[in-house]
Amino acid sequence: MAAHLSYGRVNLNILREAARKELREFLDKCAGSKAIVWDEYLTGPFGLIAQYSLLKEHEVEKMFTLKSGRLPSADVKNIIFFVRPRLELMDIIAENVFSEDKMHSARDFHILFVPRRSMLCEQRLKEQGVLASFINIDEYILDLIPYDGDLLSMEYESAFRECYLENDQTSLYHTAKGLMTLQALYGTIPQIYGKGECARHVANMMLRMKREFAGIQNQILPVFDTLLLLDRNVDLLTPLATQLTYEGLIDEIYGITNGYVKLPPEKFAQKKQGEGSKDLPTEPKKLQLNSAEELYAEIRDKNFNAVGAALSKKAKIISAAFEERHNAKTVGEIKQFVSQLPHMQAARSSLANHTSIAELIKDITTSEAFFDNLTVEQEFMTGVDTDKVNTYIEDCIAQKDPLIKILRLVCMQSVCNNGLKQKVFDYYKREILQTYGYEHMLTLNNLEKGGLLKPQSSSRNNYPTIRKTLKLWMEDANEQNPNDISYVYSGYAPLSIRLTQVLARPGWRSIEEVLKMLPGPHFEERQQLPAGLHKKRQQGENRTTLVFFLGGVSYAEIAALRFLSQMEDSGMEYIIATTKLLNGTTWIKSLMDRPESQTP
Amino acid sequence: MMKSKADEEEYWNSSKFKAFTFDDDDDEFSQLKESKRAVNSIRPLVEEDDDEDDVEKVSWSGEPVGSIAWSVRETAASNQRTDREPTFPKINTDTTTISKSNSGYSLSSLFKGKSRGGTFQSLTDTLSDSSVRLYAPELRKPKSEYKDYVSDWSPEETVQRMQQGKAVSLEKFRSRQDKLLLLDSAVSAHDGNVITAVLIFLKRTLSKEVLFGELESRETALRHLIQYLTETRDNRTLLELLRSLGRMEDVALLQYKEHLSISDENKRRDFLKSCLSLPFSAEDSAHVQDHYTLLERQIIIEATDRQAERGGKVEIFQKFPRRASILNMPLVTTLYYCCFYHYTEPEGMYSSPLNIRQTFKIPEKQYFVTALSARAKLKAWSDVDALFTSRNWLGFTRKKSPLNFQRVVDILQKNSAPTQVLKDYVALVDDADVRIGLAQKYKCHDIVINTYRDLKDRQLLLGYRGKVERGSVEERKIDELLSNLQMRWKN
Repeated sequence: MAAHLSYGRVNLNILREAARKELREFLDKCAGSKAIVWDEYLTGPFGLIAQYSLLKEHEVEKMFTLKSGRLPSADVKNIIFFVRPRLELMDIIAENVFSEDKMHSARDFHILFVPRRSMLCEQRLKEQGVLASFINIDEYILDLIPYDGDLLSMEYESAFRECYLENDQTSLYHTAKGLMTLQALYGTIPQIYGKGECARHVANMMLRMKREFAGIQNQILPVFDTLLLLDRNVDLLTPLATQLTYEGLIDEIYGITNGYVKLPPEKFAQKKQGEGSKDLPTEPKKLQLNSAEELYAEIRDKNFNAVGAALSKKAKIISAAFEERHNAKTVGEIKQFVSQLPHMQAARSSLANHTSIAELIKDITTSEAFFDNLTVEQEFMTGVDTDKVNTYIEDCIAQKDPLIKILRLVCMQSVCNNGLKQKVFDYYKREILQTYGYEHMLTLNNLEKGGLLKPQSSSRNNYPTIRKTLKLWMEDANEQNPNDISYVYSGYAPLSIRLTQVLARPGWRSIEEVLKMLPGPHFEERQQLPAGLHKKRQQGENRTTLVFFLGGVSYAEIAALRFLSQMEDSGMEYIIATTKLLNGTTWIKSLMDRPESQTP
Repeated sequence: MMKSKADEEEYWNSSKFKAFTFDDDDDEFSQLKESKRAVNSIRPLVEEDDDEDDVEKVSWSGEPVGSIAWSVRETAASNQRTDREPTFPKINTDTTTISKSNSGYSLSSLFKGKSRGGTFQSLTDTLSDSSVRLYAPELRKPKSEYKDYVSDWSPEETVQRMQQGKAVSLEKFRSRQDKLLLLDSAVSAHDGNVITAVLIFLKRTLSKEVLFGELESRETALRHLIQYLTETRDNRTLLELLRSLGRMEDVALLQYKEHLSISDENKRRDFLKSCLSLPFSAEDSAHVQDHYTLLERQIIIEATDRQAERGGKVEIFQKFPRRASILNMPLVTTLYYCCFYHYTEPEGMYSSPLNIRQTFKIPEKQYFVTALSARAKLKAWSDVDALFTSRNWLGFTRKKSPLNFQRVVDILQKNSAPTQVLKDYVALVDDADVRIGLAQKYKCHDIVINTYRDLKDRQLLLGYRGKVERGSVEERKIDELLSNLQMRWKN
């Protein structure tokens, strides 16, 4: 089921297996038949760890979503709540438990907090008078969830907001814990580099936790050579830009959640010959996207402009394979052909799906609106007129385009200008409040606190220096056969990935000046390995770096790192971890201040 | 450093954006078509029952059968069918994966401090691990009940125990000094959970003045307390805290935010009024003032218009019934509304667009765009016309606009203006290429013809002849021009 996790350089299936084992242990703790009541948000991430069959084997007979009111009837011994530690969920649980007692009381209650117990929540259950009704209160440490052979995410949506707006470091604590888990499974990581305040905190916590475990030697041969911790606020620009890789665009346009995407069904309707117009499906088409699908693994990280060619090449190969049947003369040959049919049919349906998706995306990327938006983004990234009010943004506001689109652009301009001129800042703010409503003052205030949208302080704009030193803009980005990471944004090389690239070669010492311009400290730490665990490297063997993005990472950045891994002379393979997979829209959304009444 | 403007222009027209134009028809698009064709041509060959065997099973919603989200729905659904025995949902098992899983690792064994094979002895200190481990510090129990606990843990040890979810007593941290040491240990552990737990204890056992004062120098702990108070909606304490710290802008914004939870418009207005005296920054203060004034206006306008609508005597409300109330709409939406329903009212009226413009100092361009859209929506073309000519002087009727005419045409067209109206504005577009483009798009033949004439471009004019209707006025006009010997064609 999860074979694709073990294809990579690092077998991430070990992590998944550990998580499954943990789950089984908990389930067995609650002896007898069970029903699970799910915090709906968790079903997605859990789906990456275990299927229903695993639960069923451990006597889970029913599953419900958490809702206020009375629990559905189910003839089971145990009711287990799988929930995130959130106060509003505690209130619902309390309601469930209360209404239960009045009916019949034979069922046992348990809570499993994911990813961590919370003192506040338990306090709340106690206030509600139900804490004593629970036989087991436990936590399920699901810090790092394996998404793909080279990708781990905590899916901790509010991490950026908590770290940079609210100065709440809980997510960093979880990060450090997650990294300790990884080290327990994959060996101590000898070298740690980092840039940013949060990176510093995480490294400190890891070193401290290691001291607390002192005396217990980790006897596993290290899989990772280096850990690089990067704060998202070191590079606020990259997620704001529209991603131009295939996977990036799917995420920008349709949104990928927990490895699934929902697409408009029209293009996927099965048209069979001889049948007239069949009823079109109305429900969105849901597809799983990961490297288990051969074709997707091949094209996901390409610039979208190179996807057409790749699909067409694939189509030819598949057609040729099907043509082979004419050459099959003997029974043996026919048998051989038939045995390959399932694989070929899978390839065909995969090709059909991605051709449809590519068509959907193309309709958008060829639109005038997309082009105009991209033009402005590229102007900002190259430093054109970032100190003036931009007429395109003005027009978009006048047309009342979605607020998030406006905020993305304005923030981008601010970041590329190291803060907007006070006059420009005031102008945008006024236009936004007048057009979208004064209550958005709160959101603008958040963006200011997070450093995304701010008036210029007296210091001069250092973005051009950073851009030039790190070569963030490449004139001749080659989209078809890339030779540089800048292909992922058709010209812009993501700052975060440049930092990663420079660290591998020639080293950060060469860019000290720029590092000082970016926020937060940069540092290097070493962790002692027990004697005998030092790797004896073969000639030409690649090193492995785990890059951890604190506060989120975009698919285009991941694509850029995969590109670096594949470069013949890079000598480095990258595994990517993050608090959250994000794009500009989901990121800005997580920073918006929504009225309390609208939160679920 | 910066490229010259001309340089820049050339630059933008160069290769970069070709990237996403796909203008070569035989390129990307056809490639997609090609793969689509291939897919389709293969299909008849394998007319089987939909991929049943090759990939994992997918239920109708596309969710793989057996996935958790799927089975939650499935079992829930089966539960609703009361006429049937509750049964297991049908699933396909992945037992193979399970039997293979023999990993010896368990995440909990690594961190929960459970001893496994003796390796973690040093930190487990023989915890009997009753099934309900009381994580929350027991605060109300009489002191005598604590005698069972070994209670001389240092602040660091206490924090560590809390992190491991073990029972601790915080009561022994009695002096202010001890309490603060405990807080500092919690902060340096970076575990938000523990920090919050300690803060709750401190909040209960220290006077607010003392606690708030000490937090001034402890930014992280302070943030956690703010977060805790926010989450538990203890706004009174929160405001007190922020005030004592002198964070007046935060106080103001937090207070202001409250208005979102007030649904009654009159109460909301009064609340906003009370916000006016809050210590906002100068700019925000002006915005809050505007917000209050706007809602005040909206309440008055809404009351009057609702009555007018019900009365059934005002024509415009009959012809274009209001889709929603104007309450709590943004300023620009309100202006649009007033341009739509109250356009001709004298400036003295609250609902007059001119009054709104004046009160909120709406920039000319903003006002213009809004009025234009509203009047165009009503197809009040004379009003539209007047918008442009109103600023004439010395009797000139030349049309002027704070907006470029391309945008004007765009807005008119979106409000389905007829060609008759559009052509007047297309003609005013400065750039000849843009003008021709728009004129062709909206079939303003005259403009195309005149522009080609002015460009002295015989070839293009000749070409356009094929695009107008046979025997039409336009065709005749072109023929006249082509046969005019006075013209000096450039080609």
